[in-house]
Amino acid sequence: MKYLRLIPSDTNFNFLKFKKFAFLFSLLILLGTVFSLLFNSLNYGIDFKGGILLELRSKNVNLPDINDLRNKISSLDVGEISIQKFGKETDVLVRIQKQEGDEKNQIKVIERVKSLTIKDYEIRRSEFVGPVVGEELKFAGILAVCLALLSIMIYIWFRFEWQFSIAAIIALTHDVFSTVGLFSILQLEFNLATIAAILTTAGYSINDTVVIFDRVRENLRRYKSKDHYYIYNKSINETLSRTVMTSVTTLIALLIIFFFGGAVLADFSLAMIWGVLIGTFSSIFVAVSLLTFFNINKGEQVNNEANIPEYERD
Amino acid sequence: MKKISKIKITLIFISVIIGFIYAAPNFISNLRHSNVPNFLPGKIINLGLDLKGGSYLLLKADMDIVFAEKLEFLMSDIRSSLRKAKVGYRKLNIKEQKISFEKRNVNSNENIKSIIFKLNKDLLVNQNEKIFFVEFSKINKDKIIKSTMAQAIEIVRRRIDETGTNEPTIQQQGIDRIIVQLPGLEDPGRIKRLLGKTAKLTFQLAHPTINSEDIKKGGVAPPGFSILEDDKDPNLLYMINKRVMVSGEMLKDATSSFDRNNSPSVSFKLSALGGKKFGRVTGKNIGRDFAIVLDGKVVSAPTIQSQIFSSGQITGNFSLQETNDLALVLRSGALPAPMVILEERSVGPGLGSDSISSGKIASLLGIIAVMIFMIMTYGSFGVFANIALFCNIVFLIALLSLLQATLTLPGIAGIVLTMGMAVDANVLIFERIKEEYKMGRKIYDAIESGFQKAVSTIIDANLTTLFAAIALFSYGSGPIKGFSVTLMIGILTSMFTAIIITKYLVLFYVKKKDINKIFY
Repeated sequence: MKYLRLIPSDTNFNFLKFKKFAFLFSLLILLGTVFSLLFNSLNYGIDFKGGILLELRSKNVNLPDINDLRNKISSLDVGEISIQKFGKETDVLVRIQKQEGDEKNQIKVIERVKSLTIKDYEIRRSEFVGPVVGEELKFAGILAVCLALLSIMIYIWFRFEWQFSIAAIIALTHDVFSTVGLFSILQLEFNLATIAAILTTAGYSINDTVVIFDRVRENLRRYKSKDHYYIYNKSINETLSRTVMTSVTTLIALLIIFFFGGAVLADFSLAMIWGVLIGTFSSIFVAVSLLTFFNINKGEQVNNEANIPEYERD
Repeated sequence: MKKISKIKITLIFISVIIGFIYAAPNFISNLRHSNVPNFLPGKIINLGLDLKGGSYLLLKADMDIVFAEKLEFLMSDIRSSLRKAKVGYRKLNIKEQKISFEKRNVNSNENIKSIIFKLNKDLLVNQNEKIFFVEFSKINKDKIIKSTMAQAIEIVRRRIDETGTNEPTIQQQGIDRIIVQLPGLEDPGRIKRLLGKTAKLTFQLAHPTINSEDIKKGGVAPPGFSILEDDKDPNLLYMINKRVMVSGEMLKDATSSFDRNNSPSVSFKLSALGGKKFGRVTGKNIGRDFAIVLDGKVVSAPTIQSQIFSSGQITGNFSLQETNDLALVLRSGALPAPMVILEERSVGPGLGSDSISSGKIASLLGIIAVMIFMIMTYGSFGVFANIALFCNIVFLIALLSLLQATLTLPGIAGIVLTMGMAVDANVLIFERIKEEYKMGRKIYDAIESGFQKAVSTIIDANLTTLFAAIALFSYGSGPIKGFSVTLMIGILTSMFTAIIITKYLVLFYVKKKDINKIFY
């Protein structure tokens, strides 16, 4: 039986040769993110911005008349509203800005919009987030991302040398930041689920990086006579088939969520698909390339050389 | 060739069976629980509100109002204590959450302080020459918050229970917040209305002569009186005596009923003490207007026709729904603090079941696709990885049921994602075995050392992902928490299944078939 091979078994690509191109590419992505954040900002969902969200499904055979709906809701004088199709043809998502005054006013607006639309629409979901909670969620989200990055950095610092930890955290920040950039450029709604997607992406990306670093550490001990450049390239090549295999299986799962998981999960899975792609790229081209800037001492690592069997030593 | 430990195999086998037993109830829940054999554990996965439909409300108790109220009480206590002790004072008032007064005669400062501390030893008392300032200390405030919240949760629970909502969850969050979860409730409108009223009911006498017109012409409230609005018509004003004759705490029961004109009203019964007081007031004041005040607004102010004792009727311009709600909130008692709704999320049953079915389809398709891909790449080793993956799903479902963790829609995505990542461990191991084999080791040695070397990488890689999941859990809002829980459990179960179960399957296979070639 012939097995599927995504990657030939003995690759010997000179990945580090593309270091400059890779850095340029990363730089472009990061600059794009900065510019987009400056000019487009983020399309915050009500989770962070506060406000009202309703998901409606037309009860009639006719598809929802968005203009009519907009006029009706506008007549309530509730400020800025946005109405868009969501998932199925019959479904629309109505977003209403945070209302003046206290929380009671917001609740009143929900009730009024509901009573206005209940004749023609099934109310599938209604959400209201007060400004206080929105601010708290925003703060907690930033805190969670920073905490995750910090704890990952500390773990890697303990398990590897500090140089690895720095390289990993730069690669990881690169991934997180560019995912935020993707949401800004495409103006996708940035909400609680996005934070979850970003953190999972971070988990995935670091997973990938650690696998390669693990091999780098092992090879540094094993091939003491070879230079770093050779060892880094060799480590990437040795782990390449695994890197690609895992990325592909995870992508398969994510693509299926994207296409079959319903509208609620679509943006969520899109963020993760991007995260897997950029995470795989950054593990190879950012994390390992960054190691070349350090002169990692092979001698220091040898303290447990005794664990390596005689025949494996170079 | 080494022997495969029988004990280990048996232990693994037993753990898989236990996993199956705990996961099983989730798949026979359609048959109703009475049909489930007794030996099976009854717990099934707890679905989040986004999947089963329902409402989530985050309430905040407005503590500032409570503090202000308590300060008023404290001021009247101070007043009576000072009088009792014959200490002269003037300008007793409240400003910026502080009570202040000026002493008049030559009383020792220590004496005055001891009078105040006798009321409550934790109060903060400051003094500036003749002027005294009294305010609540942190200890006082904490105590007030604690008792207010305990009472508020109790009242919220009573009100929600009265509506007949199924299995509501009501719990405190943080210092002054309450989370209310109402599964299956599509429109929380009524609950919100019910919780929106503090329902402080008082009976107070109206001024005998000053009416609404007089007030509008610029009437000022005489001492001891205040101007209150009508509950329905903000243009209708009343001059009401501040003294509370009877209050809602003395209510024994309240039910929705109809008055003589057959319009909806609320009948109430007073406790023995309340009845006595009510009788005394109504007996003395026949012919005067007796205002029924709810949350600072006048519901109605009927003229007292005759002496009334323990039962009466509240009439007003009510709809039937309103009297039902009013009776309910009166029965359940007044909330100690006004509740503000900070956050509301409601999911209708339609969206919930759609999410479940699309979640099911996505996870099933995802798993099948990953499994096919594994077989295509690794052949029979892929089959073993798939068996391990299947066991992983079983363990995941079993643990989710056992821990009663909440499964949300992002949680389903988390499961699919862990499936994608679970095979990563096997990919790492298989690729390593291949390398070891190519380096010229015997097949059995290559497997042993492939597993051994891959495991440290797998643990490093999985632990870092676990850190991200823990950060996510601590972030902890509703659906996200559900996602992180499935992710964490998934990481742990996948390490067990992908490493241990696969290892024994592979070893067993190699031994049985006496294989000396792999993958190629």
